[in-house]
Amino acid sequence: MKTILYIIQKEFKQIFRNKGMLPIIFVLPILQLVILSNAATFEVKNIKFGYIDNDHTSTSRALVEKFNASTYFNVLTDFPSEALASAAMLKGEVDVLLEIPNYFERDLQNEKHNALGVTINAIDGAAAGVENVYVSQIVQRFNQNLKVDLMQVSDQQIQPVKIETIPLFWYNETLNYKTFMVPGILVLLVTMITLFLSGMNIVREKEIGTLEQINVTPIKKSQFIIGKLFPFWVIGMGLLTIGLILAKVIFNVPMIGSLPLMYLYTSIYIFVVLGIGLFISNFTETQQQAMFIAWFFTVIFILMSGLFTPIESMPKWAQTITEFNPIKYFVEVMRMVMLKGSNINDILPQLIKTALYAFIMNGLAVWSYRKTN
Amino acid sequence: MSIHISNISKSYKNVKALQDISFDVKAGELFGLIGPDGAGKTTLFRILTTLLIANEGTATVAGFNVVSDYKNIRNSVGYMPGKFSLYQDLTVEENLEFFATIFGTTIEENYELIKDIYVQIEPFKARRAGKLSGGMKQKLALCCALIHKPKVLFLDEPTTGVDPVSRKEFWDMLKRLQQKNITILVSTPYMDEAALCDRIALIQDGKILEIDTPEAIVKHYPKPIYNVSANNMYQLINSLNAYKHNHSVYPFGEFVHYTDNRTDFNPEDLKVYLESKNLSNINIDKTVATIEDTFMELAK
Repeated sequence: MKTILYIIQKEFKQIFRNKGMLPIIFVLPILQLVILSNAATFEVKNIKFGYIDNDHTSTSRALVEKFNASTYFNVLTDFPSEALASAAMLKGEVDVLLEIPNYFERDLQNEKHNALGVTINAIDGAAAGVENVYVSQIVQRFNQNLKVDLMQVSDQQIQPVKIETIPLFWYNETLNYKTFMVPGILVLLVTMITLFLSGMNIVREKEIGTLEQINVTPIKKSQFIIGKLFPFWVIGMGLLTIGLILAKVIFNVPMIGSLPLMYLYTSIYIFVVLGIGLFISNFTETQQQAMFIAWFFTVIFILMSGLFTPIESMPKWAQTITEFNPIKYFVEVMRMVMLKGSNINDILPQLIKTALYAFIMNGLAVWSYRKTN
Repeated sequence: MSIHISNISKSYKNVKALQDISFDVKAGELFGLIGPDGAGKTTLFRILTTLLIANEGTATVAGFNVVSDYKNIRNSVGYMPGKFSLYQDLTVEENLEFFATIFGTTIEENYELIKDIYVQIEPFKARRAGKLSGGMKQKLALCCALIHKPKVLFLDEPTTGVDPVSRKEFWDMLKRLQQKNITILVSTPYMDEAALCDRIALIQDGKILEIDTPEAIVKHYPKPIYNVSANNMYQLINSLNAYKHNHSVYPFGEFVHYTDNRTDFNPEDLKVYLESKNLSNINIDKTVATIEDTFMELAK
């Protein structure tokens, strides 16, 4: 026990004496949280909107006016011809093009229906999807108003049956993406820092040769590993605390669930990360190798965690892979507990899977750590 | 018997690092393992300190088998690797305390043993190990290897890259440690240090060439050896190499060590030959063989 305590003490001394490492541990994560949470947005705003009005009637102008009134669209120009409009889209000057056909108003009154041409720049598929929804919504609303206007005189008794949907966004009523992103990014930085630090730590002793000296001492494997990894567990928990405070102070993210539950889950989760880190350092010879391998896994884990893209929209095989992604569980749990107020029973499946994962990873890591070679 | 090695062999893929090595080191002996870089010295050390497992053969250290009793060995040996491997970002005192703690002891408990060495670095005890000079680092590493009062001390090239004064001091320290009943196995590529050991083993390409006391090894040298000097060293070496009766020609400081392959060698013949090569100030004197000469002869 005394040995473990001494190793822990020594590790902390070394961490705090490493002038290059301290800012990496404490300043970068904060910057990451502040910058990423503000930048990583799924809202599509300031859409560059152009139109070709071949009709020039009050109806067509009213439709364009609808777009102008929307906060999502910046109405740019009225293009005189389709060719010019296409050229503008090619240059990237417009994102969405609306073409109002000849005799739009007349046909609408006579035949009760008409077609509009909408062209969307779909280089960014996700944004194009969102833009399409916005356009459809505006056209639909315009359509409803129009129906009322046009049909009022002639056949008043046949009022169209209107079904209105009023969406309610539970757990994030204003669809504030920051509320959604901050817990996720918090997960990201706790994971990255603890994984990189633990992954490089034992390799560093290999590199400078101290591991060889340690290996000829009677110190037990478990003492050494616990002593080496415990400081990073503490740092991980410290980062969570800093992150939660920032989330509350800067982003005012609601924290409905219980804090102790978040800490309980995180404390187990960090064991998984430390286990992976140790496992990596057992199979690498230099810090550089360890760093690259850690990066490889972090990138896969993050992109497949449901942090940026929903897991539900991944192909089936990819969804199966995400079952082995610890970050996925952490993201789920943080969002559930923070935004939804889930209790321990709700997150029990994630908790059990993570604990199992921690057990397996650390088992593998300790098993593969060898004092002789 | 403090160290007993029998028929140890170790190979890395195609390279045979050690081939059928056997020797014994008596308790309290200062035993030198002398050989050039790549001879297999470090491999042997790593086997004896339980860091590596031999392909064949057995070895015991302080009475414990290196494979089955490795735990006991780790408690009773001190190992100082060739490369400085202490924590550069910890201070002198913290390094020492760290090794004392993981050996389950304290600095105070065994202070007597390291006192002679530690007093020399004590003025710098608050300095980080990385900021020490080479000789200081060496002393600190030795202190750390001694802090748990080992029965056997393994020193892998402890004086490589250390200045001559510190080297001398270091060997004096080893002599004093020997008197405290510590068996010391030391490896070195420097032949002059070999003479300071009780017994030495000459090792090359993973094979032991000879094991004996330094005096006996020198006596084994089969031929009379001559110091040859002249006004032009370079031309002297070339001329001697071209001489048809030469057995060996090695530059040795300001002289060339020369042996002849004739039994009835007369130095005057050589002098005449060298004069014919336009060399002047020629001196040819009989000298005693050194360990280096022996090694070169055996390694031929």
